[in-house]
Amino acid sequence: MTWTWLIGAGLFLVLAPVIGGLIAGIDRRITARMQGRVGPPILQPFYDVGKLFEKESVVVTTAQNFYVLAYLIFIALSGALFFAGGDLLLIIFAFTLAHVFLVLGAYAVHSPYSHIGAERELIQLMAYEPMIILAAVGLYMITNSFYVADIAVSTVPAILYLPGVFLGFATILTIKLRKSPFDISTSHHAHQEIVKGITTEFSGSTLAQVEIAHWYENVFLLGFIYLFFAWNPVIGIIAVVVTYLAEIFIDNVTARVRWQAALKSGWLAAVLGIVNLAILAYILGYMMTGGA
Amino acid sequence: MQTLLFLILFPILVACLLLFVKRTTLRYAVVALSALVIGGASIYLLMRYAFEGAVYFAAPSEAASLAMVAIEMGLALFIVYMGAKFRNYLAIVLAVVQAALVVYLETTFSGNLHAVNNLFIDQFSIIMGLIIGIIGSLIAVYAVRYMETYHHHHPEVRDRQKMFFFVIFIFLAAMFGLVFSNNLMWVFFFWEVTTITSFLLIGYSETEEATKNAFLALVMNLLGGVAFVVALIFLASTEATSGGIDLARVLASSDAAIVLIPAVLIGFAGITKAALMPFSSWLLGAMVAPTPVSALLHSSTMVKAGVYILVRFSPVFAGTFAGFSIGLVGAVTFVVASAIAISQSNAKLVLAYSTIANLGLIAACAGVGTYMLVWAAILLIIFHAVAKSLLFLGTGAIEHRVGSRDIEDMEGLIVRMPRMAVMMFIGIAGMFLAPFGMLISKWAAIEAFVQVQAPFGLVFIALLAYGSAITVFFWAKWMGKIIAVTRNQEKVEKGFFEEPWAPLYIITGLVVAAVLLFPVISSTLIEPYVLAIYGVTARLAEANVAIMLLMMALLLILPVSFALFRRSAKHLPAYMSGRTATTDLQFTGSLGLTREAQTRNYYLAEYFGEAKLFLPGAVVCTVLILASWVLAGVAL
Repeated sequence: MTWTWLIGAGLFLVLAPVIGGLIAGIDRRITARMQGRVGPPILQPFYDVGKLFEKESVVVTTAQNFYVLAYLIFIALSGALFFAGGDLLLIIFAFTLAHVFLVLGAYAVHSPYSHIGAERELIQLMAYEPMIILAAVGLYMITNSFYVADIAVSTVPAILYLPGVFLGFATILTIKLRKSPFDISTSHHAHQEIVKGITTEFSGSTLAQVEIAHWYENVFLLGFIYLFFAWNPVIGIIAVVVTYLAEIFIDNVTARVRWQAALKSGWLAAVLGIVNLAILAYILGYMMTGGA
Repeated sequence: MQTLLFLILFPILVACLLLFVKRTTLRYAVVALSALVIGGASIYLLMRYAFEGAVYFAAPSEAASLAMVAIEMGLALFIVYMGAKFRNYLAIVLAVVQAALVVYLETTFSGNLHAVNNLFIDQFSIIMGLIIGIIGSLIAVYAVRYMETYHHHHPEVRDRQKMFFFVIFIFLAAMFGLVFSNNLMWVFFFWEVTTITSFLLIGYSETEEATKNAFLALVMNLLGGVAFVVALIFLASTEATSGGIDLARVLASSDAAIVLIPAVLIGFAGITKAALMPFSSWLLGAMVAPTPVSALLHSSTMVKAGVYILVRFSPVFAGTFAGFSIGLVGAVTFVVASAIAISQSNAKLVLAYSTIANLGLIAACAGVGTYMLVWAAILLIIFHAVAKSLLFLGTGAIEHRVGSRDIEDMEGLIVRMPRMAVMMFIGIAGMFLAPFGMLISKWAAIEAFVQVQAPFGLVFIALLAYGSAITVFFWAKWMGKIIAVTRNQEKVEKGFFEEPWAPLYIITGLVVAAVLLFPVISSTLIEPYVLAIYGVTARLAEANVAIMLLMMALLLILPVSFALFRRSAKHLPAYMSGRTATTDLQFTGSLGLTREAQTRNYYLAEYFGEAKLFLPGAVVCTVLILASWVLAGVAL
């Protein structure tokens, strides 16, 4: 039935915060171990967010709540569209819209630290956007569809055709997961943050919403990684886990870079993607003409 | 046919009438009333011809054509006079060359200069008619009050408002003529009229800079005009196979190689008029003109004539290397102009670079010319016209109130001019965010380029991917400036004339309506047009349209949540590293002094500056233009 898409979207909306929170908990635990600490309980992110909701509501301007709420809603919407099997390009655009709302929230408060965070977030956006579009185009080229529903059931081992695109995507994934060395707009690490970047002025339930949005976002991004391996679900899940572990590792062995380096990395990743696609186009053209 | 003639002739009539109107109130009445009539007539045009496909009209030919040649010669003399007066000899040379070529064309090929039908209307022309008739005349209405204030602020500028409004309405008439003409001689005539009118409007203030920039625009557009005449001569001399100067016959001609040459030449004229690189400087220079002129040049007239002709000829470009080359000029312009826009803090310059970028995107679609791309190109034309006119008019209104057109000075506009800020917000959103128009079109363009045969499509995808990422950056930071909630600032919105707001409200409504009505616009106008030419048509999947509408609905509902946040929250000043701070970013510095913190956007001029990017972009585009000529020649 055509209702399966609704189930996908519904499951995402309900489960993604749970899974995302758990991932965050595990992430913190592994990070702690890498740094020789015991680390917090796995459920710590939930305790944190729960506590945030109980905090007094303090704002610089009322408008900030609006933008953050819009951010959360549109992140959830783009993730839901993804798991409903929707059009990748549309999902990417909804995703961009969501981030613009977060940036606007940081601008609205008119505070020096959030302002810098907002500018940096925009630079990040500019850095990863080309690659994310190219990733969608790459998946289209081998499956002939922009729809997640079609790509997910494709029997073509996408990763074999798109290794460059995958590497490029993994690079910008570091930006998206807010991991070092590209956590320039706000960081989870206390040791490399100027105050708290883009989220400086968000507190209490507003900050909790940002956190939840981030969980949604991470689950969506891991879903995107899965698409490269979708032809074999077992390998797919392993690949997602390995990729995430690699991201945690990179996070812990690198220090934050300057924005120039972040932008350059994102755009060079896209160049890698383009080269991959060009070679792919050549091969596909060659196959189509029957090798003549 | 009466409607077409009416739309061309009525603005001329109004223009002549306005030559005799001195009082602002009376002028306002005349302009507003004619705007209503012109807008109404263009809507009537829509209802009358929307479902009829292409309709051709013989229309009076001999006398009209003769009059046009006479006027062309008159215009050439005028340019020579102006050129001599301001010692711009290049303009004189180009005008003389052009006039000589016209005379040559008229005398040598007089037998081949007949089109069976001089006028026509099809869905694409209807769309253009609506843009000119509604957006163009709204800008004219706005201009009346604007010009009054303008002269108030600039007492040094000679008051030539009668001439100003005369030219504006002639401009509108010429645009109507351009999009309704099937006779390419007529198209050329109206083309030249728009060149002259824009020259007059840019030079309005008569300062040295204005005159210089007006001549820059004139020279570049004359260059395109010369190419246009050469194309006409070529067409006339190959009348049997190419179809002569009959647009419909040329487009239907079976001899693709023959038609490609005039198409590339006319395409070059389109590139100059659409201010693609390396000709972008005339449009930037045009910024010296009063803001309504910029709004007019950027949204509904002039540059739109350039892309109109490119899109008209895109079936000829489709699948040729020459067309691909023209498309690349557009795509490169898109990326480079967007990147330069990052480094600009002057609002009008940001808008100008964004116009150039979007025209580049349209040209990219038109040059490659598959059916999906033509569909996307027409969408781009519509959405760009609506959103960009709003942004220009808004910037003009802000400039009069705030006293600056610098984006940094628009900080906290949401506090100072809340209604204006909301309109600017919607206008900017219209330029780059889902689910607004420009984004729909960009999306359509990506989907279309994916299907263009590799590796050609891929080049465009890559350029588009970078370009649209850059676009997000410069728009979002502007948006952020506007909505920053600054404290202790007074409202300056009141006291502004009430009337200029009316066009702004209407256009803001149009930006939103264009999104909601987009499925209808596509299915009743764009799809039939594309279908008629290519036999297939493109559209967005219904599910996606539904999602877009859902997103739009969400965006319209979300502001309601403001009501939820009204109560309770405790307000604190922004964080200042623990310094004692006030709400308006004042903090206690060392030695007990009170200091003020300021925030400024990133312009990254070191990386994206004009000085760094313009020359490489211009060189690449020049090479590509030359390549398009060579490739068209080789194809022959």
